[in-house]
Amino acid sequence: MSVPRFWRSIENRYRLVGTVCKNCGEKFFPPRVVCPNCRRSGEMEEYEFSGRGEVYSYSVVRVPPEGFEDKAPYVVGIVKLEEGPLVTGMIVDCEPSEVEIGMPVEATFRRVSEEGEDGVIYYSLEFRPVRR
Amino acid sequence: MIPSEKVGIVGYGGYVPRYRIKVEEIAAVWGDDPEAIKSGLMIEEKSVPSETEDSATIAVEAARNALARAGIDPSEIGAVYVGSESPPYAVKPTATIVAEAIGATPEMTAADYEFACKAGTAAIQTCSGLVASGMIDYGLAIGADTAQGAPGDPLEYTAAAGGAAYIVGRENLVAELEGTYSYTTDTPDFWRREGQPYPRHGGRFTGAPAYFKHIVNAARGLMEELDLSPEDFDYAVFHQPNGKFPRKVAKMLGFEPDQVEPSIVVDKVGNTYSGSSLLGFHAVLDVAEPGDRILLVSYGSGAGSDAFSFVVTDRIEEVRDAAPRLEEYIEDKVYVTYGEYAKMKKKLKF
Amino acid sequence: MPGRLKRDVAVVGVGMTRFGELWDMSFDELFIEAGLEALEDAGLSGDEIEAIYVGNMSAGRFIDQEHVASLIADRSGMTPVPCTRVEAACASGGLAFRHAVLAVASGLFDVVIAGGVEKMTDVTTEEATSILATASDQEWEAFHGVTFPALYAMMARRHMHEYGTDREELALPPVKNHRNATKNPKAQFRFEITVEQVIESPPIADPLRLLDCSPVSDGAAAVVVCPLDMAKELTDTPVVVKASAQASDAIALHDRETLTGLPATVEASRKAYKAAGIGPEDVDVAEVHDCFSIAEIMAVEDLGFVEKGEAGEAYREGMFEIDGEVAVNPSGGLKAKGHPVGASGVAQVVEIVEQLRGEAGKRQVDGAEIGLTHNVGGSGGTVVVHVFERAD
Repeated sequence: MSVPRFWRSIENRYRLVGTVCKNCGEKFFPPRVVCPNCRRSGEMEEYEFSGRGEVYSYSVVRVPPEGFEDKAPYVVGIVKLEEGPLVTGMIVDCEPSEVEIGMPVEATFRRVSEEGEDGVIYYSLEFRPVRR
Repeated sequence: MIPSEKVGIVGYGGYVPRYRIKVEEIAAVWGDDPEAIKSGLMIEEKSVPSETEDSATIAVEAARNALARAGIDPSEIGAVYVGSESPPYAVKPTATIVAEAIGATPEMTAADYEFACKAGTAAIQTCSGLVASGMIDYGLAIGADTAQGAPGDPLEYTAAAGGAAYIVGRENLVAELEGTYSYTTDTPDFWRREGQPYPRHGGRFTGAPAYFKHIVNAARGLMEELDLSPEDFDYAVFHQPNGKFPRKVAKMLGFEPDQVEPSIVVDKVGNTYSGSSLLGFHAVLDVAEPGDRILLVSYGSGAGSDAFSFVVTDRIEEVRDAAPRLEEYIEDKVYVTYGEYAKMKKKLKF
Repeated sequence: MPGRLKRDVAVVGVGMTRFGELWDMSFDELFIEAGLEALEDAGLSGDEIEAIYVGNMSAGRFIDQEHVASLIADRSGMTPVPCTRVEAACASGGLAFRHAVLAVASGLFDVVIAGGVEKMTDVTTEEATSILATASDQEWEAFHGVTFPALYAMMARRHMHEYGTDREELALPPVKNHRNATKNPKAQFRFEITVEQVIESPPIADPLRLLDCSPVSDGAAAVVVCPLDMAKELTDTPVVVKASAQASDAIALHDRETLTGLPATVEASRKAYKAAGIGPEDVDVAEVHDCFSIAEIMAVEDLGFVEKGEAGEAYREGMFEIDGEVAVNPSGGLKAKGHPVGASGVAQVVEIVEQLRGEAGKRQVDGAEIGLTHNVGGSGGTVVVHVFERAD
């Protein structure tokens, strides 16, 4: 990830801004430029997701990639948002043993990784169990 | 400093990370007597930020809670100020991260504030001025820290993570600002030099000439300005570097224990630096009733104190449950070992 | 007819290096060795070659060298023959083979080499892990710390959830593939493992463990293709390409219609069966993409060898053993033969050709007449399926 590449998607990552096709009504996150259902007849506009959903699948990363060494083991998952789409993210603030398919989660703003000690810091909404 | 127009808090929110470390766990590493530490500092445990948290993420979570209580459109916020002494970047604002994350950008001003533990209250003063003057409709002031304390330093028992956010406006107030008063001198009681990971402090010098002198003078100055005395207040909130100092300064000023006790969160949360007095204020707003008058006095090393007098309005009841109460964060906790704490605080190098 | 090749194409020569941690072999030496072996097997001098297609996933990251098509033509002494690099992550090799087949079928060329090569051990394991993760969605998957094993782990978790597949069943493909690899002199891991060893190996991404995962490998493979008519003059054992099919899907798992299988495998195999005029029950031997244990379980279901969700039971019954109903990965598969990513798709073709010729030695599938290769790119964003038949 480079700085401009991260910067271009800041509003998507910070606020879960995706897209909705005005033609077919399907909502997309990550945002899509072209609606795969309607193709040229589609018309996309921005749509902000609530961040609420449930765990659709998950894993516990024990051998981390570069930049995540300090976090392992950590839980990653695919979350089914209440508005429909599936989205990938970390599942934080819980023990790996607590996570299960169907567990309700909500978005939380987190520090995901950084470009070494002197590089830019990548922030994003991730997910945590709903405890309230 | 008495506002010429009506101004006050329209929304407030806090955030404390989920992880805690007990005094006993730290004391075992350094061979200290945990009971002596606990009675000396009047603290039981402190919050620890997870690997995915820093002062920016804490500020965002607190701001989202404040926004939920304010019930305003974030694009109406005209200024965002974040006070912290543990900003993720030495150069590059945290305030822009917060503003973007809550959807307040781009028609607004923003900056980061640094004044040790009182940068958050300085931000409330700035927002109040801009709002009362009519220059902006709403201002967002935040104090948030992942406080640093060197391993083995007594500060390690208290330096914690957390923060609180306050949205200042003119209408739909939950607490009206009666006045604010600051007392400021150049007093090097605690500092962190550029490039250094941990702060240094003057030990007992941080007491009488620093914390107590500035808080007492600010509180007295405000009460004189508003022609109020301790018995006019239902609650008093002071900066909480430990459990002892706020109770002692309350007594020095003539406040009764029941006025100050509801604000004390340091025993369960630790010293969240810029978040400290603001989390104490949050704890009081969680229980205050319409008409209650609250004294808030921060302290920032270096040194200065900002004192405020707020009067709670009827709207407090409506907004209280629009976001988590501080107690919910305090009670939802998981204890970590010193090893896990060292990992979470990035004391381990890769 | 759409989906059918315009003229019959056959494989007349195959070659591959050993797969493994080949510390003393360079990128150049790998593809040269495989290419020469394929030419020798075809009985050609090299002068006959009109074009080269090479599958390679990431020479740019693994050996800091792009433009490897020119490098390969040059170092092999093949210039000015046109050489094209094909990239589709771990399906690069299968896709290079497809392009060689299409080029011959179109009539543009007669004799073409399809190769695949990857030199993965010149970087550290951590770097290799990061490079392989580029086959997933960097912005919306890898950004969040999701590794490649974690993607397949999430498919495994879902498969277990929806079909009751258990941890022991998940271990059966690696156990079988290690057993098969003991009979393959070119395999990376020529030793057997047990279900217990798989289940107790170090966790990588729950529920997947080390022995559920294919290794980091060096290696190259090459085959020579030409029109069937010409092939019959060159060899007594030409193997004809009955179908070549390919399908794409979303690069990210979260954009797929299911996590318990690869829709692109279903799509590509359906097209391939139709073009070949066969059904899955006609396949005698298959080399499928088992980069992880769950990948082989999903493959045998998506290819139609068993119904969705029934693979676990079929493994327990030995359906995919060398002497089973359909032999799956007699070579040892990616898991035990090794997985030099760009080479794997071509190495699958090498194995199937040897099987259909009856030259697979101790791992020979008796009476194999129809073979299939199944090569996957990324977590299922590209799938290439080929069907082969002995042409005698």
